[in-house]
Amino acid sequence: MTAALRFDPIRLPAECEQLRKEVRAFLAEEIAAGTFDPNKPNREDTDAPEFSRRVGAKGWLGMTWPKKYGGQERSFLERYVVTEEMRVANAPTRRFFVADRQSGPVLLKYAPEHIKMDILPRICRGELCFAIGMSEPNSGSDLFAAKTRATKTDGGYLINGSKIWTSSAHIADYMIAIFRTSLPTKENRRHGLTQFLVKMKQPGIEVNPIGQITGQSEFNEVVFTDYFVPDDHVLGEIDGAWKQATSELAYERSGPERFLETYYVLTELVRAVGDKPDTRSAEGIGRLVAQLHTMRRMSVSVAGMLQAGKEPVVEASIVKDIGTVWEQQLPHRVRDLAAFVEETASNRETLEKQLEFALRTAPKLTIQGGTTEVLRGIIARGLGLR
Amino acid sequence: MAESENIVVETAEKIFADLADAQTINSDKTGSWKAPLWQALSEAGLPLAWVPDDLGGSGASLADGFAVLNAAGRFAIAVPLAETMLAGWLLAQAKIASPDGEMTVVPASPKDRITLNVDGSLSGRARGVPFAKSARHFAVLAHGNDGISIALVDAAKGRIEAGINVGYDNSDTLTLDKVEPIAIKPAPKGFDQSTLMLMGGVVRSLQIAGALESMLDISVRYSNERVAFEKKISKFQAVQHNLARLAGESAAALAAATSAADAIANATSFDDAVYLEAASAKIRCAEAAEKGGAIAHQVHGAIGFTIEHILHRYSLRALAWRDDFGSESHWAVELGKRVAARGADELWPLVASR
Repeated sequence: MTAALRFDPIRLPAECEQLRKEVRAFLAEEIAAGTFDPNKPNREDTDAPEFSRRVGAKGWLGMTWPKKYGGQERSFLERYVVTEEMRVANAPTRRFFVADRQSGPVLLKYAPEHIKMDILPRICRGELCFAIGMSEPNSGSDLFAAKTRATKTDGGYLINGSKIWTSSAHIADYMIAIFRTSLPTKENRRHGLTQFLVKMKQPGIEVNPIGQITGQSEFNEVVFTDYFVPDDHVLGEIDGAWKQATSELAYERSGPERFLETYYVLTELVRAVGDKPDTRSAEGIGRLVAQLHTMRRMSVSVAGMLQAGKEPVVEASIVKDIGTVWEQQLPHRVRDLAAFVEETASNRETLEKQLEFALRTAPKLTIQGGTTEVLRGIIARGLGLR
Repeated sequence: MAESENIVVETAEKIFADLADAQTINSDKTGSWKAPLWQALSEAGLPLAWVPDDLGGSGASLADGFAVLNAAGRFAIAVPLAETMLAGWLLAQAKIASPDGEMTVVPASPKDRITLNVDGSLSGRARGVPFAKSARHFAVLAHGNDGISIALVDAAKGRIEAGINVGYDNSDTLTLDKVEPIAIKPAPKGFDQSTLMLMGGVVRSLQIAGALESMLDISVRYSNERVAFEKKISKFQAVQHNLARLAGESAAALAAATSAADAIANATSFDDAVYLEAASAKIRCAEAAEKGGAIAHQVHGAIGFTIEHILHRYSLRALAWRDDFGSESHWAVELGKRVAARGADELWPLVASR
């Protein structure tokens, strides 16, 4: 048999349910206090530094990390619960989400001890925002074509070039970026890139916001001009970033954020159709809920496999592929069904506003964090086709 | 293929591999493979796996039985193993002992209804009953004035109009006209036709997931053999992406079906959570049967459309299994109604409870 895909029916352990109650209670308080409106995913300002600190104070950032770095040494499944509850509530997670999911784990693995001791506790306290510097004007999905150079100089490197589509760069305190330290070799075109920790808001870095079709401006162009990075900010092997990138993908690609981004329109549709839907609405909702449930079970399964120390890279790519395609289609299917909602439905205006935003958001979902095409290439490799 | 985890599943897989090889069966026009296969399954105690020892069965766990049926789907088994297991399970709910031989369950559609008459006889018509023609007994769920009963009926007492489903298996119309059951007892409290349909739906979901796993496997293998435009077709990106999508459909079906099976195996009642799991499995697996099967055929081209090729044994059966115990449209409407009745703010808590 060529394929050996596993999606074991893993359940969240009992301790997760207590945690879930705590997260829901916390979010209800924040909503009541006016921190955010769960019905408005398209809020103007998605950056909420004080909220970020309060989440940190709860111990919900870096919660799987060692205690000596400010973590809680809790499980990935517990982190999963916090992530999904925040996402479903449309909580403003922008400031801490990347640091918690991705940047912290990279630092844990590759940063020198004094940097870990300095930065990780601050991430856990919700004080730091991270960006990821991957794409460049002429290299997006083709990550290993990156050209922005890191040239060796006394005690460190000088960076010249630019990154693009960099989410949150305008508010970020740090960026984890890949820069070219050597040319690729004939044998290995992925050779020659090195991962760096970059302190933002410094001379030599210019951040230019880029307007998006949603009306928001969450991603940026970041231009480096003779920007100095000290030697101890190199993360991992010089010229060997390609070896480090792939193992993190399973974490990045299989989380609840990969199918819940437009979830709010489904809740609002159910509210609009009321408690006695006609056959068409009932069938439409039933199919969407069946997909949602299936996606979540797949995603939890991958989280459980990660917790058990497995590396379900192909399974994680499958979750992101079908999860993002689903969350992209969701606003369109909800729009189909909303056509039959009574004009008098009390939340009609809310639903329409949400749909407008979700329809504008949808195109990015199958592009960000690894396009559908890249994911299918990874799955195909896992199937033994490449 | 998933690794076998225990002796029951291993035994079943060995029998399937030895006596139900798809290519051998597909070439055999006489049906001579059926009797040895059924005999081996019976000797291993598999048809009555879900019947406790004291009621004549082998007393396997629900989980083991589900795993056997997932494997049966991988081999596209075309004898009434799933149906007999379901029938034995249904009879055991009312503590009725199971006889030997092939059985099936009646009704097999949420729309059909068998009535328990005041004189104790059974009447009604049930369409799309899988393998009714080859069954020696029926396990019947009947509606009477005092609620739901479960009965064992001699197949010779029913009138059968034979039919064939999309997958070329028997799917028959059964009419019971004042038939005296061999045994009849009240169903346990809370057990109704919906319970039977959900259980049957999860069994079909597992079979569909198994069939998709095999479709993925043979499609990948074929793409690595077939040469066109001077290279293996597996090297074309369009083919790779189609197969990646098939892997996704297969994965979704497997996840939905095994999750629902796990939910039932560990449930004390068929509550809203089990309903969500079982209905979702049938909906998602049926959708995967359509999308995944289409890709498997696309990859195979014309050869997969020939009756000599084994692909249709999986692809058509997966399509046919969608219809049994409530189609995906049926369950989508029912699930949608339940979700709406619970209210918008109760949807996420329900999903997150699983």
